[in-house]
Amino acid sequence: MPTETTNSIFWKGVRDAAPFILVVGPFAVLFGVVATEAGLDLLATMSFSVLVIAGAAQLTALQLLVDQAPTVIVLVSALAVNLRMAMYSASLAPYLGPAPLWQRAVAAYFIVDQSYGLSVYRFEQNPHWGIGQKMAYFFGSVAPVCPFWYVFTLIGALLGSSIPDSFALDFAVPITFLALITPMLRTRAHVAAALVSIAGALVLAFLPYNLGLLVAGILGMVTGAEMERRSARHLEQESDA
Amino acid sequence: MTDMGIDTGELWLVIALLGLGSYGLRFVFIGLIGDRELPAWLLRHLRYTAVAVLPGLVAPLVVWPQATGGSPDAARLLAAGATVAAGVLTRNVLAAITLGAATLFLGLYFIG
Repeated sequence: MPTETTNSIFWKGVRDAAPFILVVGPFAVLFGVVATEAGLDLLATMSFSVLVIAGAAQLTALQLLVDQAPTVIVLVSALAVNLRMAMYSASLAPYLGPAPLWQRAVAAYFIVDQSYGLSVYRFEQNPHWGIGQKMAYFFGSVAPVCPFWYVFTLIGALLGSSIPDSFALDFAVPITFLALITPMLRTRAHVAAALVSIAGALVLAFLPYNLGLLVAGILGMVTGAEMERRSARHLEQESDA
Repeated sequence: MTDMGIDTGELWLVIALLGLGSYGLRFVFIGLIGDRELPAWLLRHLRYTAVAVLPGLVAPLVVWPQATGGSPDAARLLAAGATVAAGVLTRNVLAAITLGAATLFLGLYFIG
């Protein structure tokens, strides 16, 4: 059996995360292009990607800024998209909690879909890893993702103004979001949350300040959570019987 | 103001606060709460935030696209349908984007 050094565990993280470059690259390019088309300069576009590092939230904020939504609505909607980061933080806490505070503070910045998903998966597989090894894996899984996020945003921003209107870029954002959402619909509760959100947003579109989206989001969230609670209870009753 | 009418001050306020807020969401449990147990109802709601917000954001963009001044458009509806279908069938984000974009370009070319 090969010996596992902290160094080799870091590189295991790098190898596991490498395929995600294919997903992160185009998504970052898209953000760079769309932000530049919306009139953001290079500094603003790059600041978005470096400070927020969350594509869906960045595109949500950008879309609502273009729609002239009030600042509060822009912030609340984009942060709502990012609430899943709090869930990631919660599920990583039992594994990375024993690390020194400064390490956890740095790791927190790099919690993204990919580093979270891979780390929790590998931590469950390797309960014998010490805290140093877990941190090494986490940062390994970050290395091929976050730097590419910045670099490809830059490429997109530099390309941005040279893309002709005939490319129908207005529809790149909806298509990307639909492609991101669909694989997330793993259970009936997820599907129900999404359908309630769609119906709510369309029916409540008349509300001022894009409030319809907020109400639709809350309704969708409550629907998903409630359906999960009921199906869990249903399963318990079946196993009792 | 940018040429799309985004106020520069508002833009930077959003970038700064969204950056701070996103970091706060990432730090809150790993940094402050440590490995204490969280209430199940909270985790249950957090699980559904992304699927509850993103579809609501996209739905009006698909049904009332800005590029056509808000009137429903066959090419864009078809492209949205193709993206979702490809996403369900392949569970692959890149495949869904590619198929959706291809449908959009073909639709715009043939339907106009």
